[in-house]
Amino acid sequence: MKTDDWIDCLARDAGPVDRTRPLWRLGGALGAAVLISVLASVGVLGVDPQLQLNAPTALKFAYLLALLGGCVRLLWRLGRPGLNPRRAQGGVLGVWLAMGGVALAVLLFAATPAQELLLGQSWTTCPRQVAALALPALLLGLWGMQGLAPTQARAAGLVTGLTAGAIGALGYALHCPEWSPLFVWVWYGLGMLVPAACGWLLGPRLLRW
Amino acid sequence: MFGGNPDAPGRELACELALNSLEAEWAPLWQRAQAGDEQAYAQCLRRVGARLRAYFWRRLSDPGEVEDLVQETLLALHLARATHDPALPVSVWVHAIARHKLIDALRRRGRQAAWLDYVDELPEALEPGSEQDLGAPRDVQRLLAELPQRQRQAIECTKLLGLSVTDAAQRLGCSESVVKVSVHRGLKRLAAWMRGET
Repeated sequence: MKTDDWIDCLARDAGPVDRTRPLWRLGGALGAAVLISVLASVGVLGVDPQLQLNAPTALKFAYLLALLGGCVRLLWRLGRPGLNPRRAQGGVLGVWLAMGGVALAVLLFAATPAQELLLGQSWTTCPRQVAALALPALLLGLWGMQGLAPTQARAAGLVTGLTAGAIGALGYALHCPEWSPLFVWVWYGLGMLVPAACGWLLGPRLLRW
Repeated sequence: MFGGNPDAPGRELACELALNSLEAEWAPLWQRAQAGDEQAYAQCLRRVGARLRAYFWRRLSDPGEVEDLVQETLLALHLARATHDPALPVSVWVHAIARHKLIDALRRRGRQAAWLDYVDELPEALEPGSEQDLGAPRDVQRLLAELPQRQRQAIECTKLLGLSVTDAAQRLGCSESVVKVSVHRGLKRLAAWMRGET
C-alpha cells in the first residue's frame, strides 16, 4: 500500500481525539488497585486494633501517600512520549530520602533500642505481605499503562511496579502494628522492591507498542 | 537512569531551530486534527510522514524497510494521539515516537548495541522532508484481511469505504461504540503484526 493511501485510511473517520482516555485508563486501574489492596488488608489481614491517629501513624501514611503520589506523577510522565521524567524522578527519590532522614533521626535520638526500631515485631512478615498486596496492583497498573505510550518500556515497568508497591504498602499499613519510621523505611521498602523488580522484568514484554 | 543525554550547546541550538520551524508548520494543523478535522489530520500526517521518511532514511538505507517503518510509525502516532500533552510541542512528541520506533526496528534486526548508541548521538531534530512515496513492500491490505471478522468489517466500512460511524454501525448491525472499539482493536492488532508479533 502507498503511504499516502494509508494516511487517508488513518485520517478517515478519525474524529476528535478523546484526551481523557489515557487518564481514565490509568486512573481507573490504579484506583481499583488501591481499593483491592485496602479491602484485602481489612478483610483478610484485619485492621490493627491499636490503630489510632498519632504522630508516627500520620508520618507512616503521609510517607506512603507521598510516595504513591510521586510514583503516579512519574508514571504519568513516562507514559506519554516526549515528556522529561527527570524532575518527577527526583520527587520520588526525594520522598524516599526524606523518610530515610527521619528514620535516621529517630534512630539517633529516640530512647528505644536500635534493634527494636529496626526489627519491631513483624519484620519477617511485613515485606512478604506488602508484596502480596501489591501483586493485583501490579497487574492492573501494567494494564493501565498499556493504554498509554511509554517509550522506555523497562523504566515504565519498574515505576509501575513501584507504584503497585506503594499501593500494597498503603493497604498493609492499615494492618501493620509497627510505628518506627526506620521499620517502615526498610521493610516496606523491601516489600515494594519485589513488585518493582517484577515490573522491571515484565515491562519490555508487556509495554511494547 | 531514564535516558536523555546531555547535548552539546551548539547542537541543542540547531535542534531547537529545526524543531521550531517544524512546529510552526505542524502545530496549527495538528490542533485542528485533534479537534476532529479529518482533512487537517491527513495533511498533517502527510507532512509528518515525509519527515519520518527522511529521518529513517538516514539510518536504515533500505527503501522498503524505511517505508514499512514510516507506515508503522504513522499507525503508532494515530493510536497514541490521545497521549499528546497539548502543552508539549507536537514535533517533540512525534520525535520521541519516531525515535522509539527506530530503536525498536533496529533491535528487531538484531543490530548491536553500538547502533543504538549511534541513534543517541544523532541530532535530535527530524531532517527536512522527502516527498517520494515509493509504497511499502508490506501489504497492509493483506494484513487487514487476516483480522477477525468484526474488526475487519469495521475498519473496511469506516476507513476504506468512508462510511460514517453511524452508517457503519447500521450496516454491521451493531452499536456505534462497538464499531469504534472494533476499529481501535483492529488497528492495535495491526500495529502488533507490523512489529512482527503474532
